[in-house]
Amino acid sequence: MQIPAFWRNIRFLQALGQLAFVLILALAAGFLYANVSTNLARQGLTVGYGFLNNPASFDIGESYIPYDASDSYGRALLVGLVNTLVVSILGIILTTIVGVIAGIARLSSNWLISRFAIAYVGVIRNTPLIIQLMFWYFGIILQLPAVKEAVALPGSIYLTRRGVYLPWFETQPAFDSWKIFIWIALASIVLIWLIFRWNQSRSNLPIPFWWNLAYLLVPILILWISLILQPQPPLQENIPILTGLNFQGGLRWTPEFAALLFGLVVYTGAFIAEIVRAGIQAVSRGQLEAARSLGLSTGQALRLIVFPQALRVIIPPMTSQYLNLAKNSSLAIAIGYPDLFSIAGTVANQTGAVVEVILIMMLSYLSMSLFTSLLMNIYNSRVRLVER
Amino acid sequence: MKEADNSQDIIISHDVHKWFDNFHVLKGINLNVKRGEVVVIFGPSGSGKSTFIRCINRLEEHQKGQIIVDGVELTNDIRNIEAIRSEVGMVFQQFNLFPHLTVLQNVMLAPVWVRRSSKDQAGETAMQLLRRVGIPEQANKYPGQLSGGQQQRVAIARALAMQPKIMLFDEPTSALDPEMIKEVLDVMVELAKTGMTMLVVTHEMGFARAVASRMFFFDEGQIVESGTPDEIFKSPKEDRTKLFLSQILSH
Amino acid sequence: MTAIEMQPPRLSIGPLAWLRKNLFSTWYNALLTFAGLALIYSLLRPAIQWSLTEARWGVIAANLTLFMIGQYPREELWRIWLTIFMLSALIGLSWGVWKDAARGFAFIALGSGLAFAVIGLLLNSDVWINWLLADAILLVFYAAGRLLPSRGGSIAAIGWLLYFPLIFLLIAGTRFISWLPAVQTSLWGGLLLTLMLTIVGNIGSLPLGILLALGRRSKLPIIKYFSIGYIELIRGVPLVTILFMAELLLPLFLPADMARPDRVLRAMVGLILFEAAYQAENVRGGLQSINRGQYEAGHALGLSGALTMSLIILPQALRAVIPALFNSFVSLFKDTSLVAIIGLFDILRIGRSVLAQSEWLGTHREVFLFAFIIYWGFNLAFTYGSRRMEEALGVGKR
Repeated sequence: MQIPAFWRNIRFLQALGQLAFVLILALAAGFLYANVSTNLARQGLTVGYGFLNNPASFDIGESYIPYDASDSYGRALLVGLVNTLVVSILGIILTTIVGVIAGIARLSSNWLISRFAIAYVGVIRNTPLIIQLMFWYFGIILQLPAVKEAVALPGSIYLTRRGVYLPWFETQPAFDSWKIFIWIALASIVLIWLIFRWNQSRSNLPIPFWWNLAYLLVPILILWISLILQPQPPLQENIPILTGLNFQGGLRWTPEFAALLFGLVVYTGAFIAEIVRAGIQAVSRGQLEAARSLGLSTGQALRLIVFPQALRVIIPPMTSQYLNLAKNSSLAIAIGYPDLFSIAGTVANQTGAVVEVILIMMLSYLSMSLFTSLLMNIYNSRVRLVER
Repeated sequence: MKEADNSQDIIISHDVHKWFDNFHVLKGINLNVKRGEVVVIFGPSGSGKSTFIRCINRLEEHQKGQIIVDGVELTNDIRNIEAIRSEVGMVFQQFNLFPHLTVLQNVMLAPVWVRRSSKDQAGETAMQLLRRVGIPEQANKYPGQLSGGQQQRVAIARALAMQPKIMLFDEPTSALDPEMIKEVLDVMVELAKTGMTMLVVTHEMGFARAVASRMFFFDEGQIVESGTPDEIFKSPKEDRTKLFLSQILSH
Repeated sequence: MTAIEMQPPRLSIGPLAWLRKNLFSTWYNALLTFAGLALIYSLLRPAIQWSLTEARWGVIAANLTLFMIGQYPREELWRIWLTIFMLSALIGLSWGVWKDAARGFAFIALGSGLAFAVIGLLLNSDVWINWLLADAILLVFYAAGRLLPSRGGSIAAIGWLLYFPLIFLLIAGTRFISWLPAVQTSLWGGLLLTLMLTIVGNIGSLPLGILLALGRRSKLPIIKYFSIGYIELIRGVPLVTILFMAELLLPLFLPADMARPDRVLRAMVGLILFEAAYQAENVRGGLQSINRGQYEAGHALGLSGALTMSLIILPQALRAVIPALFNSFVSLFKDTSLVAIIGLFDILRIGRSVLAQSEWLGTHREVFLFAFIIYWGFNLAFTYGSRRMEEALGVGKR
């Protein structure tokens, strides 16, 4: 084929366009970089990550890893990251429960219940999260009774204005040697999955749904049997008991953590409710009708036909809500929970290393997001309906 | 090596190959069209017929071989592509009218923006064309308000507004309800009689019989057989042609 | 054959039947209904009692202007009223010209004008005159729009296009116009600040969002990956970090001798950069909904890529995207509440400073409820208006 003159060649023009774009970007980046350097030099600051090793000299209200004021800034940031992860993961689990219940309630045939769900979604989704968090913190948690008159919930759970107390475990000496059974239980889940897959590839029949219970029962069985067989118990229950002015033992959620958790769970739950509702409704009625007319009971039709299809529609937006919850945890600063953002702010203030701290912070959030997106993409590509 | 153009041939395609990733969709097409000819291309779906005519106005890019339209070779040269596109009009299976513009605006759009006609002139020409295809009264309606047959006729008028030398038709009646096919075919027949060079991909054998100068049977990316309608219908040479004709003519 | 006329059996139609079907259809439904009613009663009764007797609503009444406009100089209040009047006029005109599409918003405007007038009367303030005036202006322009639909249409379109830059000018002022002295953005506060941030954020982010969406769909790899990178980066981090970045880093990025932009401007830049990534996804959804055939028809007619995009694709895509645009307006309105964290005086921050006043200690429930109602009310009203508009335009249903 004849090669046209280069100034009219589409390929050349496209390459030129991209080159121009890169040049503009590079120029802009260079310009910004020059400005940053000049400005920093004027203020007598330099860019570097050495400050991470300096002692932090500030306390952090709550932490899941050991920390005190003499630890480094780097460690402080790590504490913040862990705090963020804890509230995010716990929040994700709880909000899924709340959201699914609310979503199903929305579709209930009981008028009152569905109105409740509609009101819940309508109010929560239309107001800013930060106001809801403040309401939870100032308006609810801090208004709870003092420790002496704690609100007692079944199962030794106590609600007070000093925090929420829950029963927890305490590790005994035997725990170290027993730990391995936890790993075995986890491995068994993977093993079961492999067995099912192998079985599936041999025969073309889907496995009966109730076999999926194996994922739950087998690990629990392993843990339980290993517990019985142990000569000494590796774990002991730790119930909060009111002694004097405070509760001893058990797990304590600070008021800040509790308010943040409940606020995030309720807020994100409203969005998940709508997603669940839309997902179930997206499966056309015709599917349910066809299933019923084949003789399946409503329960079977829902389980085998409606839910699998609904799940496909539900999972992608639901994972982005999970991500939103993790990102929204940064509002913790408004009520004093020391999450990654609030600690990063403190560090930036104290060291003046604004650029570095912001980079670290954004990288952390970005990693969380990308990791979640990756998981979602993997799931999506596996369950995508095969179409022409 | 460029061959000496035959001044009669307005489209020359020589050993044209095209791949979609690894799929070899056009395997060496040699097809020449003379001025004023009406060429009908037919064949089973997936045989590459639509892909071929879409290569002629560069909606698809061929990777090997030559396509020369009215003396201009089709390459990566922008000027060539634009020149060819303004000489070649296309009518699509799905009409592809612009839903946010009225019928009249649809027809006027290209002349105003590409040929820089004045609005008045473009408007007049547009109305003439709408009269020619038989629906002048729909000028101020939106495409969504028209029937399929009417929409396709607007699409033909829109393509004609650029005064093309060649008209390409990509299965123009396949998306129409049966009762509307005739009105569109009538317009196409009238167009053929005015001497327009037409390259038509279609299953409508009645149309082919009436106005086609030549017919080409495509199968699996190659031209299996070609000839005048008489030759094709009365004495097809290849077995595949016979098989295909028996399948569609039995309707 | 005579027609058969019978009444349906009494228990299957009518209010009794409705109760039976919707509330008591099965035993567990009946149980849920009773539990629900009990819950409502136990929650609502103390709440209503509290709000009518114990609550000290004076905290709101005394600080109402603060909540609404922050520290905006009181002598320049007329400018804000002018923007409200212009808005009334535009809504009225749009209602007259485009009838059903603007009707939702018109009703909201009329209703809220009336409500605010009543509240003003109750609080013994003179503002009720202004609110009634706003409603009157709306009705006058409605009549004008009905009488002159074609002229009115073009005036309305131009009016809306000019409105947002105009109110920015009015409220910010400039030193070049003597009767419109500049008002520092640091004095903007309350609902005024929230609305200005929302408007600037939404409108400013749209051009960038369109560019990013086009870049995202481009075949040129560098442009495509840059767009993807930007969008994923912004969407992967919380808004507060972007605002934080804007607050602290923007001054660093500017040439050393340029004046430091004030904090509200920095927040606006942060919001625009943030929202653009989300708008890009909206526009991309709209672009994806456009049939490939539209592109092909444009190219076949000889239109260049740019012409095809601007004359054929974008008009259709943007129309498909209108519901999402309204949604993002509403969510940006909520998101601006985060500027309290970087020290700007939006409604929430003002609320906190009001709570610190010794006279009003302990009134946090009232204050938060007030902020809550403002956000909720605005969102509901806006959602209602935009839904009416979508219905009238038949958007998203084609």
